[in-house]
Order: sequence, then structure tokens, then C-alpha cells
Amino acid sequence: MRGVHVQHNKLNEALARPALPQRVIIPLHQHTGAPAEAVVQKGDEVKAGQLIGQAKGYVSANIHASICGTVKDIKEFYIPTGIKTKCVVIESNGKEEKSFMDSLPESAAREELLARIKDAGIVGMGGAQFPTHVKLDAKKPIDTLIINGSECEPFVTSDDRLMIEHIDEVIQGARIAMKILGVKKAIFAIENNKKEAIEKVKQGDIEVRVLRSVYPQGAEKTLIYNVLKRVVPMGGLPLDVGVVVHNVATLKAIRDACYEGKPLIERVVTVTGSVKEPKNLVVPIGTEFSYLIDNCGGVSEELAKVINGGPMMGIAQPSLDVPVIKGTNCVLAMGKSMVKRYEEKDCIRCSKCVSVCPQNLLPTTIALYAKNKKYDECERLSVMNCVECGCCSYVCPARIPIVQYAKLAKAEVIAKGRR
Amino acid sequence: MEVNVSPHIRSDWDVRKIMLCVVLALIPSAIAGVYYFGYYALMIIVLSILSAQITELIGFKLMGKPVEFDGSAIVTGLILALILPPSVPLWIPVVGSAFAIAFFKLLFGGLGKNIFNPAAGGRVFLLLSFGAVMTSFPAPRGQSAAASTAASTAATTAATTAATTAASPLASSAAYSYMDLFLGRIPGSLGETCKLAILIGGIILIALGLIDYMVPLVYALTCIIISFAAGADPLYHLLSGGLLFAAFFMATDYVTTPITREGRIVFAIGLGILTMATRLLTGVESISYMILFMNGLVPIIDRFIIPRSFGEPKKVKVGGKKNEQ
Repeated sequence: MRGVHVQHNKLNEALARPALPQRVIIPLHQHTGAPAEAVVQKGDEVKAGQLIGQAKGYVSANIHASICGTVKDIKEFYIPTGIKTKCVVIESNGKEEKSFMDSLPESAAREELLARIKDAGIVGMGGAQFPTHVKLDAKKPIDTLIINGSECEPFVTSDDRLMIEHIDEVIQGARIAMKILGVKKAIFAIENNKKEAIEKVKQGDIEVRVLRSVYPQGAEKTLIYNVLKRVVPMGGLPLDVGVVVHNVATLKAIRDACYEGKPLIERVVTVTGSVKEPKNLVVPIGTEFSYLIDNCGGVSEELAKVINGGPMMGIAQPSLDVPVIKGTNCVLAMGKSMVKRYEEKDCIRCSKCVSVCPQNLLPTTIALYAKNKKYDECERLSVMNCVECGCCSYVCPARIPIVQYAKLAKAEVIAKGRR
Repeated sequence: MEVNVSPHIRSDWDVRKIMLCVVLALIPSAIAGVYYFGYYALMIIVLSILSAQITELIGFKLMGKPVEFDGSAIVTGLILALILPPSVPLWIPVVGSAFAIAFFKLLFGGLGKNIFNPAAGGRVFLLLSFGAVMTSFPAPRGQSAAASTAASTAATTAATTAATTAASPLASSAAYSYMDLFLGRIPGSLGETCKLAILIGGIILIALGLIDYMVPLVYALTCIIISFAAGADPLYHLLSGGLLFAAFFMATDYVTTPITREGRIVFAIGLGILTMATRLLTGVESISYMILFMNGLVPIIDRFIIPRSFGEPKKVKVGGKKNEQ
């Protein structure tokens, strides 16, 4: 397949649970769709698991308190997705009281399970943060569930650890998803660099597909093609070819919501890079990045960049004061020695970008047109089919930020469509 | 904190590293050239590289561009030296490289903007301007006795009909064994005679992922098929003249060949047809001309061949535009 071979840098530290933070900042808009509406006020006492933000509309997600304490403030903060949005600030009272829902029996009906997933505020935890109840309530016939355990981003091992340490829960979650989707077939897709996880996964009774470790193996459309040889049409969704893909962390969250009544209030975050002791931490949503880094022994050198997510598609953060959100699978601290500066030069037409593009586009030509503001030409070259994986920028010997030009062109094409 | 767009890591293959690896891949051919044709060949190589690099530096100064060594001028200088006859006067590589860089590269806007392969351009310029010195080839070290007699006759013929009859091994047909052709015990251009060295360099480039193996493969196959169809000896043609050198080092030049694999295959087939057509119809070796001709077609090839992107519906693309439905 196309794509790039990147140095994995995966340390795969065991899951650890640090002490609960003194305060959390919980954004009301950490999912695709409409922001949730705050249902608590400044000064309210809340318990872990209590609803603090009500989903607005179908494509939206509930937000819950992740620790016990007092609502100190509801105000706007920058969050890791790069937007400024309303956040509920909760200061801990040191208690560990829970306000979870009832657990559902294994015999629960489809509608009951789906409603529970909606109530629990579950969204795609692989990074896209699309509301899970919408994805599971497929309006087209589905025949296969693909469990995405490929985790192709370098440095990130949060899904890998979940598969090693919590495979039963992940598979239970997959069973719930299969029940809701009404499918008999599920395939566990996993990259061949996760030996230990593969062993664990193979003990279950779900078909396992071991894939090559090539970035972006875990990208939805790429994964569907590599597992089932089905091509998702341009502009279409996986359900157009009868497939739904769920990340392992999302499936575990589904299981916890149904069988433990636990809303999505915590997640695994790989904290790595220029920290003294890299770890995989289980932390409440809303924990500030600085708290994670302190819990990893602090930084090993002066930081130049901090990334929410992996180095290929993650988003650089302005400071360490941003909170962990539902899609934060990794906090990558990049010290000065890890960050290089590159000067953009003229394209030498080496066509490396063309040969690595998983979407079979002509990245260099798109970049050239975008640079000259010829967005119609970019559209003609199917720029809207770009998945922004960044392989083109990664390989470019002339250091052209190709994917940045493609993103720009996409935004312009969308803006033109609105006019 | 620094905030900029992903990806936050990059491959360590930059332009300079690529160019240095191309130089590395050319070194076996350079060594073979020096082995067969002596230190004079080394002088040609050194002068050609120096002239190319100095011309580029002067050009950058005149154009007000920042001075940088990306290694591309070294590649051009080295390739040009390797496709020159090993007996040319020493001013030939100096003038040729300077012209190649100044006219075929800098005037177009520098690396990445040049439509034509600078080394091929430089060689054609020299051939047109100084035909006599560009078409006489000395015998290499270790050439077998029978072969050298044949070669000297050929050389005389070549000298009398200087401008029309070019590269020697073609002129003096079956006088050489396949082994002579393969190892380079034949007269010919400095770095083009030893096919073993060319193959080593080519394999280095393919192994490093720097060139698309389809280009030499399709080019060679096209030549083999045509010579077979025409009743000529395919292996002899493959091992003669500048064919293999061009296949690995000139038809694979990034800047002057198509960016899609489909386009590169079209390029290689076209080059193969032109190479064999001129060889069979005129007996003249003129791969550099043909490279330049195909280079000229690259913008058209790149405009017409736009691969269907993943999941895109099938539509006929005419003139690089999709039919509206």
C-alpha cells in the first residue's frame, strides 16, 4: 500500500493512574457537531459522572463532570482542537463520589444500548471525536464492523495498552456495537508492530487481521480498503460500503457505559517525547497538559512544541494549559532538539508525494495551484478527497508544507460552495 | 510554544541528501571511466563538476538568490562528464558544464524549473558546436587485439564522416563480445561503457527508493522488443552506446520527467521508440537529443495523465478536464 514508513518511537509503557488533578477544564464542544449546553452553574457541587453539558441536537454529545468538586467558572478557553470554546472549570473537593448510571444487563435491547451510548456522551476516541451514537445508528445496511487497533501514529501507544490490558472489555464493547448495528461479522484490524496486543486479541473469538505497519494504516478509508478491499466513494462514508469502523478505546468506553453505567469521563493518554518518564496515563477528561507532564517527572529539556495527538496529524498547542479532551490519545512534548526548522524550497518534482499519497492524488500539483490561489484547479484535482494525513509533507525533500496547502485549498473550496 | 501545522516530524531525505546519493550512485561509473581511460578522464570529471558548481554560484549571485549547495550542480557536472568522449580537450567539459547550468538550468529558474535535462542539453550543445572532438573515441585499456583493429577502422570512418556518425560501438558492429560490452572494454563515452558499473549505480538508486525502477525497465523492454522485431540483436543494442546510462541516470531525472508512474511509463516507451528508431534508421547514436525531445513532452504528459484518486467515480478526462455530467 501507499503511505510512509515512519520511525515508531513507541515505548508502550503500562497503564498508570496518577492522583486526581486539583482542577479540570471541561470543554462543552469537544466533538463534531453542535456544542453541548451547560446545565450547571457557577458554584454548583458536582460528582464524577454527573451531566454538566446537555447535547444540543442529534449530532452532538453530552458532557459529564470528570471529578468531584465545585464549578468554579464557565468561560472560554482555547482547547486542543484549536478553537476557543466555553469550558466548565471544576475544582476538586478531594472526594471520590460517583454519579454513574445503572448498569444494563447483557440482554438489553438495541434501542436501550444506543440510548445509553448517547447519554454517556461517547465520541470517537481515535481523534475524530464524531458522536458514536450517530455512527452506530447507521441508516444503511451494514455487514461488517472493523475494530481499529492499528494505531499507526508514531509515539502513540494508548490503544495498544488498552488491547494488552483490557482486551475483554474491548471485545465486549465490540459485541455491543455489533448488536446495535445488527452485524454478524467483525474484524479486528491491528498493525504487525504490536506483537503483545496481537497475542491478546487472538485469544478472543473475533477474526483478527494483522496489517503491515505503514502510516496511515489506521485512516478509515485506507483501513477499509486494506481489510476488505472495498473502496469508500469520494465524499462518501464507510457505511456506503456496508462498514462501520470503531477505535478500540471507543469500544471500551461503550462497554463501560453499558455495563458499568460510566459516562465518558476519562481516557488513556500517552505522554511521551521530551519528558523524563514517558507514561500511559489514565486521566479524567479536562486534566491540563501541564499536570500530565508533571506526573511524568517533568520535561527532560526545554520544550519547543507540545502536540495533542501524534506527530503526523496532531495539533500543536499554544501552551500547556490546555485540557485533555475525549480525542486526546497522546500528548507529545517536543523539546528543542526534536523540533527542526525547515525552509520551503522549490519543488524538484521528485514525485515522492505522489507515490506516498494514500488517496492517489497529485499533492505537489495541488500545492502549486493552491500557492497561486487557483482553487478551482485544486478542486478539479480532487483536493476534497485529501484525508490530510501529511505523508506528502513528511516525505517532501524540498520541505514544502504540501498538506497545509491542501488544507487551505479545501477550506477555500468549501467556502466557495457556501457563497 | 511554537504552533504550526502538522506533520511535526519530517523525513531526513532532503534535496541535498538525495543529490549526494545520486553522486554516490554515479561513482562506480566514474571509477570505471578512470580505470579504462586513465587520469585524463579524472581531469575531465573534476573540471566538469567545478565548472558546473562555479557557474551555479555565479548565477545565484547575479540572480540575487541565496547561495546554497544543494548538490544538484555536482550531479549535472558529473553526468555531463560521464557522457563525454574521454579524449575531449579539457576546455570542453568546462564550456559544456557552464553552458548546461547557465542555459539549461538557471535561465529557466533554477532547480525544479528547468524543462530540459541540463546534462543532455550540455552534451547536445557541445555536439553541435564542436562535432569533431565530440565524436572521436579512444580505445580503452585492455581492449582485445581483434577488437582494437576493428575499432580503429571504425574510428577512421567516424573521423571522415565526423558529424553524422557518432558513438562508436554502434558503428563497428559485432566486433565486441557481450563481455567486452558489459565490462566496458570498448571505446565510448567516459562513463557509458562499463555496464556493470552503471547497473551497480542503478541498483543503489532503486534500493534507496530514489528512482522508479519502471523507467529503466520499460525503456529497456521497449528497446529490446523493437530491436527484436527489426531483426537486430537486442542484447547488443542494450549493451551499446549510452542506452543503459540514460535509462538509469537521465530518463529518471526528477525535474524533467513526469510525476506520475503512468506518465513515466509513457515517457520511457516514447524514449525507447525514438532511441531505436534513430539507431536502426540512421545508425546514429543520439539518446541525448531524444531525452531533450521527450523532456519537451513532459508538461503535456503531466497535463493529460491525472490518476483517478481513491474512491473517485470513473469519468473521462479530456485535456486534463473532467467531463461534467
